[in-house]
Amino acid sequence: MVPFGGWNMPVEYSGIIKEHTAVRTGVGLFDVSHMGEFIVSGREALNLIQYVTCNDASRLVDGQAQYSALPTEEGTVVDDLLVYRESASRYMLVVNAANIETDLEWIQSHNTFIARIENISSATGLLALQGPFALETLQVLADLPLESIAPFHFTRGHVSGIETMISRTGYTGEDGFELYFAAANSEPLWNSIMSAGKRHGLLPAGLGARNTLRLEAGMLLYGNDIDRTTTLLEAGLGWIVKLGKGRFVGSESLAREKAEGPKRRLVGLQMLGPEIARERYPVIVDDQEVGHVTSGSPSITLNKNIGLAYLPVDLATVGGTCEVLVRKHACKAQVVSTPFYKRSRE
Amino acid sequence: MNPEGLLYSKDHEWIGITGDTGTVGITLHAQEALGDVVYIELPGVGDKFEARKSFGSVESVKAVSELLMPMTGEVIEVNLTIKDKPESLNSDPYGKGWLIRIRIANPAETAALLSAQAYENYIASEA
Repeated sequence: MVPFGGWNMPVEYSGIIKEHTAVRTGVGLFDVSHMGEFIVSGREALNLIQYVTCNDASRLVDGQAQYSALPTEEGTVVDDLLVYRESASRYMLVVNAANIETDLEWIQSHNTFIARIENISSATGLLALQGPFALETLQVLADLPLESIAPFHFTRGHVSGIETMISRTGYTGEDGFELYFAAANSEPLWNSIMSAGKRHGLLPAGLGARNTLRLEAGMLLYGNDIDRTTTLLEAGLGWIVKLGKGRFVGSESLAREKAEGPKRRLVGLQMLGPEIARERYPVIVDDQEVGHVTSGSPSITLNKNIGLAYLPVDLATVGGTCEVLVRKHACKAQVVSTPFYKRSRE
Repeated sequence: MNPEGLLYSKDHEWIGITGDTGTVGITLHAQEALGDVVYIELPGVGDKFEARKSFGSVESVKAVSELLMPMTGEVIEVNLTIKDKPESLNSDPYGKGWLIRIRIANPAETAALLSAQAYENYIASEA
């Protein structure tokens, strides 16, 4: 167990490789109750969300979710999050565990809209069931047809009789569901899903597999790949920066940066030798340190060693080569496109 | 469990001594703490290291750990097959998972090492 945002979390149950493979080929269950949830409600809820986040929440319909971020005035990242629209006057924001207090203060400090903000993090449990057999596993327990929930949509229902918000989202690159429910129901819900998944080889999965899965899928981790020193555009998150929606925190800086072009870019790296890149390892081009690795690990699915690193834009081109300094050895790496892994959708 | 005939360091390496030669590996406890081992970096034959100095590294999916010499010595043999089968370190840490053989420079250093029982007590006290 490791301390993580005030929680004790298992890094692994049966081994990262087994858990990772279960999610890619079968199904895995993560307890991610440490994540933070805020309810933003009232007539001004959307106006507040539009002002503090960079994506365009006005495009959401009831029952739809969106990946977004809280930018600073400089266009760097306070946090990345999911925005769920329950109704025109009620939204749920899902934020990173380590940032719950910071985000709450940040949003409140920008709440000139008199929207109501409620932190329901400690009262809310969150289980993520991920993998090609997630739907079949969960369907046995659910009181509604799960295939009717499209990706990045959600609905309220019951899972083994427990009231649950069922969201077709995840952080693994596989199909799957995230279930939000009253924290008191965590244990019965966990147990009934574990039994329902037995015939599909369901394994409990920990933070270790969560990290290797999300990295293969090219998903960013706050605190590693993005933080208050990296801009959204540098991180390749321009697709969630909707400058056309009107003024929001950071929009001026981001518009300027977009016009000038970011100075560096987060790129995918593939190691060409057997060495493994790890976070904070320096990246070298022509004997000059030009950046550093923000996430690095073996890719269990692809059987090669991958990572993410910020490189100056002129070096951030797919096919380009650089070196990663692994314990004083300069090891060759190639810039590759992300995601490293994309699931096939027959 | 940990074999009786070996000596153990508080850095979680073991050494099996025959004459002036020692076979070195990491303990069952160390491989459990690491998780799935995916990469091992070992020294070359002829390299000399002092006790408790790094002679290489072992990487699991989640992290890197230094390998620390249980005793001062010169590397006389390296387990080359384990570089291609790093998972042996998990499945057989006291057998196929051996890492290097050394010529022991200072036999008196065994005084700082632990018996199997003392090592088990040490792990229990650390937990």
